[in-house]
Amino acid sequence: MKKHIQKERFQSEPRQPATIGQTRTPVGVEVRNLGKKYGAQTVLTDISLKIEPGEIFTIMGPSGSGKSVLLRQIAGLEAPTSGAVAINGHNPADPDTRDRFAIALVFQAGALFNSLSVYDNLALYPLEHRIGTRAQIRDRVMRALKILSLEGAVNKNPSELSGGMKKRVAIARALVMEPQLLLYDEPTSELDPVMSATIGEIIATLKQEYQVTSIVVSHDRDLALTISNRVAILMRGKLLSLSDPAGLRRDTTPEIIDFLNPKIDLRNPRYKNMAA
Amino acid sequence: MNRISTIFDWLGGAVVMAFRAFRMLPEAPRIMKRTIEQALHGGYLSLPIVSILSFFIGAVLALQAGYALQDFGAKQLIGTLVGEALVRELGPVFVAILVAGRVASAVTAELASMRVYQEVDALVTMNIPPERFLVLPRLLAALCYMPVLTMIGIIIGWIGGAVVCNYVDFIGIAPAEYFQSVKQYLTTTKLLHGLIKAEIFGFVVILIACNTGLRTRGGPREIGFAVTDSVVYSLMAILSLDFFITKALGG
Repeated sequence: MKKHIQKERFQSEPRQPATIGQTRTPVGVEVRNLGKKYGAQTVLTDISLKIEPGEIFTIMGPSGSGKSVLLRQIAGLEAPTSGAVAINGHNPADPDTRDRFAIALVFQAGALFNSLSVYDNLALYPLEHRIGTRAQIRDRVMRALKILSLEGAVNKNPSELSGGMKKRVAIARALVMEPQLLLYDEPTSELDPVMSATIGEIIATLKQEYQVTSIVVSHDRDLALTISNRVAILMRGKLLSLSDPAGLRRDTTPEIIDFLNPKIDLRNPRYKNMAA
Repeated sequence: MNRISTIFDWLGGAVVMAFRAFRMLPEAPRIMKRTIEQALHGGYLSLPIVSILSFFIGAVLALQAGYALQDFGAKQLIGTLVGEALVRELGPVFVAILVAGRVASAVTAELASMRVYQEVDALVTMNIPPERFLVLPRLLAALCYMPVLTMIGIIIGWIGGAVVCNYVDFIGIAPAEYFQSVKQYLTTTKLLHGLIKAEIFGFVVILIACNTGLRTRGGPREIGFAVTDSVVYSLMAILSLDFFITKALGG
């Protein structure tokens, strides 16, 4: 299946070496007939998507619908049970693919290295991959910190940062990689509305300025409908809808209407005798 | 059947991890700083507890030997007994047990929390192999500090025996006579065998710690379980390997 996707959809591309200060060409992602099971539990069933180079693609859905699992398959962190994911025709789990395309993932909780300072967190990728001199790496790190307004946090430890700052440091760390594909796992979770809007602006700006392909997993309806080029809705591990934000607003599927416009029913009989 | 396959999966994972880590050995100069940090945390900071423990092991060994040998009029052999026991057996085994309790548990807790809080996933997405970044520095550090800790432990154990022999009335052997007795049957080969044991124990204990830590899934509760597993597996490995290494080395 993987080979099939590679041959049919994408041409193999020459390796693009990572260089300081260069914006790389965005990449396309294809997910075909993807299924994922953990033991007897089926989490994803027959998901097929094609994400165009340079677009912001948001995956929405209720908790437990398999959004983050799908993102982990796209990032190559887990192998699918069936089907395949291809990034410009290449398997994302292959270290050569990561090396070629610089795939960055912004984790829900940041996943910053607690034993390293903010600067060292950001400098880790270029240092480990020997990209540039120490001075060039410092420039690159400071530029990323400036874009995210984090210059004051450069010498802090991640444990000293607020939730919003951790998210921004995680985005800055991804930015230092100069990625062609940037994956966000719940970038606005646990943030106040103002910080959520800031993160949304950052994601949209990165796409405009750096033409990076962005895949965002989120519960945040406003974020999804504002910044996305297209939105996919997952329900119980299946792809329920795939359209642009305007199309999604017009969608009359009851489950989508309920998901996008939840109502608080103060007289719900389900919770009537809770105190008893 | 499922449990057996889990055991083989675990063992296979450990072997593959060691293989991958040592395949990156040519990149060792790049991880020198982290290796030194690990050697400092694992080796240097273990010195006080190794010294205290070794002193009392030597002391109690001399005392027990004194009780046992006085009936035969063979007290002059106490030094030989303490010297040989520490070099061939107790030195490497007890230092390895201490490293399992103090260092391996910390390594497992650190790596398990990195796994649970997705720091290891972050390394993978950055295309930084965890085997190079996390495992190899710890293994190299263990290979450096284990023989040093063991040698220090042995010497302090001998001193503990000497103190007991000198100050316990019914033994009453002077330090010069005691150390003469220690040296009498001690050979470089025996010392080398003890250090080989220490190297193998150190390598296996840290490999178990890394493998257990990086295989952790779940939440904070699983980190605690992983630490327990790591220490238990390490103790089992030390004591069972001890038999086979002793047999293979012929003493």
